[in-house]
Formats: sequence, structure tokens, C-alpha cells
Amino acid sequence: MYTQALNSSEGEDRNIEDAARAAQFQARIDADERIEPNDWMPAAYRKTLTRQISQHAHSEIVGMLPEGNWITRAPSLRRKVALLAKVQDECGHGLYLYAAAETLGSSREELVDLMLAGKAKYSSIFNYPTLTWADIGTIGWLVDGAAIMNQIPLCRCSYGPYARAMIRVCKEESFHQRQGFEIMLTLCRGTDEQKAMAQDALNRWWWPVLMMFGPPDQVSQHSDTSTKWKIKRFSNDELRQKFVDATVPQAQFLGLTIPDPGMKQNVDGNWEYSAIDWEEFKQVLAGNGPCNRDRLAARRKAHEDGGWVREAAMAYAEKRRQRSALQAAE
Amino acid sequence: MATPNIPLWEVFIRSRNGLAHKHVGSLHATDATLALQAARDIYTRRGEGLSIWVVPSSAITASDPSEKGMMFEPAESKIYRHPTFYDVPEEVGHM
Repeated sequence: MYTQALNSSEGEDRNIEDAARAAQFQARIDADERIEPNDWMPAAYRKTLTRQISQHAHSEIVGMLPEGNWITRAPSLRRKVALLAKVQDECGHGLYLYAAAETLGSSREELVDLMLAGKAKYSSIFNYPTLTWADIGTIGWLVDGAAIMNQIPLCRCSYGPYARAMIRVCKEESFHQRQGFEIMLTLCRGTDEQKAMAQDALNRWWWPVLMMFGPPDQVSQHSDTSTKWKIKRFSNDELRQKFVDATVPQAQFLGLTIPDPGMKQNVDGNWEYSAIDWEEFKQVLAGNGPCNRDRLAARRKAHEDGGWVREAAMAYAEKRRQRSALQAAE
Repeated sequence: MATPNIPLWEVFIRSRNGLAHKHVGSLHATDATLALQAARDIYTRRGEGLSIWVVPSSAITASDPSEKGMMFEPAESKIYRHPTFYDVPEEVGHM
């Protein structure tokens, strides 16, 4: 709601910082009040959220590509309908999130154009390829598992429309993770080759999944203000640790080995993992991951190929509008 | 070329018979028919609704949040509008 309608007073105060109002705003955040679209907010809060929510939306949409790759090759009808439903959910999540981002005053079209122009980021994880069917299981189990870890605290984020979108998303992600784990379990209880395929997928996805939580706390550039504004409620490293602790027993149940020989459980019961290769993360973010070019090219092609549909639908609506205006005049 | 803006719609869903339609979110569509179909796909993939309304966002008039004090104060100061304002002796029982 709001970009084209309720935010009509756009302009004058949107980009001005105002110390007194900023203090009032922070007081509302501290009192755990939700900020709503037409409330006053600091320009930097608006900018940070627009960036974060739109990147999140782009990630959902680009995230359809690695999984869409396996829809036609799913090993059974049961797996195929589940994967179709999951990919459709990702599209829905993208749309809820674009709608939430639009309440901050940028239109979905502008945001999508930025992504297509390569000027907006999306989650680095989707720049890795899905080489085998086991990758689909691993994505559901680990990528969606990590996403849930990240997203559950966002259900209490200070910005109302984002928090509400995340509640819907989280409800649906749970199915994604469980269907992924079921695929892994089936492979792990199958032939030696199937189990090897599951292990191979885990080996390739483990480190990129840990990188999904973002840079380590001491170098994360957005954390301080996001925490102050209650957009972020846990640090990257806290969430990463939570994820690792939840995942290790699941891998043990599957009989798979986490590809980190240095991993050990400390006295508190937390699993300590080895150093993450942040250079790889930087490279993928900079556009040099295995599939960056493919992903953007696929999105651009889909957008261009759909151009005539948007045009025709607009022309049809306009024709109908003119016809009913004529009829009303008669 | 920049992508042209497609009109925005607000979506309301009635979840079960007897409950009112509730705002669930928004979407873009060129006309009402497409808006209804998109609303079904985006907001009712798991049997969330029995009825959908779509309303052009531009048709909504909203109260101004900066005037919410003036707007809602009259209701807040009238505690005699609530049943708990009135004393009923205990021996009278539930009323």
C-alpha cells in the first residue's frame, strides 16, 4: 500500500534530518512501538530499510532460479509438486517484500530495475549452482534453515509492514525446510551412490550457507544503527552460531559429515567452526561467483520476455476504461 | 527503458464464515479481474480465505497519523463508555 496513494505528501520532509523528531522517533523504538508507513522516520532509517527489504525481495525472486532448474527433473511426482509449490512460495515472498518496501516510497518497478541493472544486491547464496538433485534437498534443509534463523527475529522488527510480511514468510518457510530434510533423509537411506550425492551437496553448500549470515560482527558495516533501530535483534555471529548448533545434530542424524575437520563442541555445548573464507564471500558479492552472470541474465530475459504481457494488460485496461467512460457519457 | 508503473491494489480476505474481511497486503495489477486472480495466488495458497476483496489503493482515504491525538482523544477520555466504569454489587452476580 501507499506508494502511489497514501504517501501523496511526498517530498519536503522526507529527506530532512531533524534532531528533535529523531529523538522522538528513537523513543518510540525504545518503547517497542511499531513504525508505520506514514509515520515520521529519519531519512537514514527509510534508506536502510528500503535497501534491506528490497534486497530481501530480490533474493526471493533470484532464489527461484537455482531450484527452478530441477522442476522438470524432479525424481517423482510427489517431489515435483512440492518443488513447484516451494518455488511458487518464493515468488510470493518476493511480492510480499516488494509491497513492504514500496510502503517506504520507492515503487516496485524502480526497485526491480535497480536489480536488473546490477545496482542492487541479492543474497550471495543464489550465485552457486545446483548440480545434482541432492542440492535441492540441501537448499531446503540448510539455505531455508539459515533463512528461517535470520527471519524469525525480523517478525519483531520495528517497521510494521516488514514485520508483518516476515510473519507470513516464516510460516511458509517451515514447509521448505522440512521438504528439504526429507529429500536428504531419503537419499541418505538409499544406495551408497545416493548417500555420496547427499554428502557431496553438503560439502559444496556448507561454507556458502554459513556466509549467508553476513560478515563477522567486528566488520559488519550496517549492524550498529540497525540494532539501535531494532531492525536487527541478533548479531550475524550470534545467528550463525545458533544455526550451526541446530544443524550439527541434524547432520549426525542423516549420517553426513560436516566438511569442517576442525569443528568441535565446547564446554557450553556450542559447536565451534573453523575460520570462514571471507575472501570467497567478497568475490561472490562483487559479481565473481560461479553463477552471478547467469542469474542476472536469466532475470533480465524473464523481465524482457514478459514486457509484452505488461503492455497488453495495460492497453486492455485503458481500452476498458475509455469504453466505460463513453458509455457513461451516452 | 524504465518499467511503467502498474496500479496498486489492497487485498482483503475473509478467512472463515462469520469473520470480517481483513487487510492482508497489496499487489500490482492492471485491472480488477487480474487483481483478484493475483490475490488468490499471492495470498491464499494455503486455504487462507473464502472471499477476497480488492480495492484500488488510490480509493482509500486514510486518517493522518500526525493528527492521531486530536482524532482519537475524544474516545480515550470517556471511560464511562466502558462497562467496568459502573459498580455492581457482588451479590447481584454476573451482569
